[in-house]
Amino acid sequence: MNRPLASDFPPMRLFLLLGEKREVALVAVLVALVLFTGSVRPAFLSTQTLKDVLLNVAIVSLLSAGMTGVMLMRHIDLSVSSTLGLSAYAVGALFVAHPHMPIMVAMGAGIAIGLAAGAINAAMVVFGNVPSLVATLSTLYIYRGADYAWVHGGQVNASNLPTRFAGLGTASLLGVPVLVLIAGAVLVAFSIYLGQFPGGREHYAVGSNPEAARLAGLRVGRRVAIGFVTSGAIAGLAGVLWLARFGTVDASTGTGLELQVVAAAVVGSVAITGGVGTILGATLGALILGVISISLVVLRVSPFWEQAIQGLLIVLAISSDAALARALARRLREKKRHG
Amino acid sequence: MAEQIGTTPPAARRSLHLRWEWILVCALFGSLVLGRVLSPYFLTSDNISDILAGITELGLIALPMTLVIIAAEIDLSVASVLGLSSALLGVLWQAGLPMPVAIGVACIAGACAGWINGWIVVRMGLPSLAVTIGTMALYRGLAYVLLGSHAVANFPGAYTDFGINDIGASFLPQPFAVLFVAAAAFVLLLHATTFGRAVYAIGTNAVAARFSGLDVARTKLRLFVLSGLLSAVAGVIYTLRFTSARGDNGQGLELSVIAAVLFGGVSIFGGRGSLGGVLLSVLLVGVLRNALTLYDISSDTLTIVTGLLLLSSVLVPNLIARVRAVRDQRALAAAH
Repeated sequence: MNRPLASDFPPMRLFLLLGEKREVALVAVLVALVLFTGSVRPAFLSTQTLKDVLLNVAIVSLLSAGMTGVMLMRHIDLSVSSTLGLSAYAVGALFVAHPHMPIMVAMGAGIAIGLAAGAINAAMVVFGNVPSLVATLSTLYIYRGADYAWVHGGQVNASNLPTRFAGLGTASLLGVPVLVLIAGAVLVAFSIYLGQFPGGREHYAVGSNPEAARLAGLRVGRRVAIGFVTSGAIAGLAGVLWLARFGTVDASTGTGLELQVVAAAVVGSVAITGGVGTILGATLGALILGVISISLVVLRVSPFWEQAIQGLLIVLAISSDAALARALARRLREKKRHG
Repeated sequence: MAEQIGTTPPAARRSLHLRWEWILVCALFGSLVLGRVLSPYFLTSDNISDILAGITELGLIALPMTLVIIAAEIDLSVASVLGLSSALLGVLWQAGLPMPVAIGVACIAGACAGWINGWIVVRMGLPSLAVTIGTMALYRGLAYVLLGSHAVANFPGAYTDFGINDIGASFLPQPFAVLFVAAAAFVLLLHATTFGRAVYAIGTNAVAARFSGLDVARTKLRLFVLSGLLSAVAGVIYTLRFTSARGDNGQGLELSVIAAVLFGGVSIFGGRGSLGGVLLSVLLVGVLRNALTLYDISSDTLTIVTGLLLLSSVLVPNLIARVRAVRDQRALAAAH
């Protein structure tokens, strides 16, 4: 029985290694993308491009971190874009009414709105037994509709906002835009929480097998609720950052963003079936999508291709993830059989 | 006996289900009364014709979506297929193809788009939610690639009249006839054929269905093809009704379709639901929207109504079941 295993061949080994360290594969894709665009248009490789990419990606990657926390538990939160829109307009309106409001209060207000929106989602999913797809699809509509009813065709402009607040979107600290620093801090904190803290590990346990998690004494409902509330709070914060970056907000702010967020997470190897994925992966997914979007502009490809490419990437990402998972399972079986 | 508490017995479940369709009938009647109260124009034949024309696309896509959801899958790409077929129709007509050929190609393209969805779901064994989120972006993107931000509007009058005129002297719009025929065919397919029974069996328990000798993969594949085909037909009708082929036609419609299907009493977990309920719910959504629009509420604000309908479709039966479980428990305790 000394026949070599299929998984011992070098190319297969590499494939399996990528399966275990998905983030490595994502970084490789990212580097390849940057090098390709850079080789065609050398001007692409500049710190300005880097800044643009980071600024463009900051908000999406924040949202996709919140989404990861939810997706890990086999749930989904489609309402993030509506929550973002609501929070952005609400904070804008607050600034119009109280121009001297401190920035910290503005952020607190945005996060509070997000917390409330997330709590409603959590209540429906945990207490109402409504599947999260249905619950958050409903609130996607309801929050957005409430936004329209409230705003009534109005708009907040950059001229209504204090310059120190707009500075969040334009100012830099040590060359890094402040907005990116804020997003980065949240991402790192949430990533450490998911990776190192018992509460964070519960997200994985619940997603891998909810029934086993319950029998092991985990409070599954509470954990799911925390996931939705966190996702809401992050969307609220993202709304404030959106307002700071773009200055102009109306009732349609952020419409359709939820798909980009899910796309980033899925491309970043966060499994929609739960239990698998990291914040780092989701962030890399958002970066890949962001780099592609800027590359298309730099390469003078029609921007109409962007969405098609994004869609193709999602399909490719989930297909290759599935193929990898299958190959890994096969190797485990072979190992078992050969002792 | 103790383990029976908390799970709804089958008989009670069926009566609950029947009751849901009656709730829909009452809600429909209520919204008709509401519409009459809000606007004297509401019950005119012109307005009823408007309502029926307005639900054509929603209804056409809701038909296969009902089957897809009963089979415990989902198709989020339907509105993108609508946009893709609309854009394709515009491009082909502009390129000088005769209208019947262009319409045929657009419909076949839709069926192919559905087949791709089904093939990935069935062969790769991936969740349809993830797959169709991807193809939703892909197909919409292809529609943009085809037409960019242009619109094609110079369709021949004979065809655009179809989108506007009524059947003979009645108040039934011509596109509604397409929905009527399609609905009849789907009702037969789901409720009177072995294929339809297979759809329920697969949605209830796919593994058991496979061990019973049903070809689960092929049935699911066919459902996705039907979904793509009907979405493309809806795209052609949409284009003719508004005399405008655009890449962004029907954006966001997938959510309204799913909302209408679930509000029609179809379980998101598969295995349960009927086309009767879904058709009632499509009609109800059309009537409510129209009534509130006549009352001068903007369509953007109306999304609240769609959201509330969707939510209540799951929340209300859940609450009824919970109340009933508590009542049963009390009755049992009293008996002891």
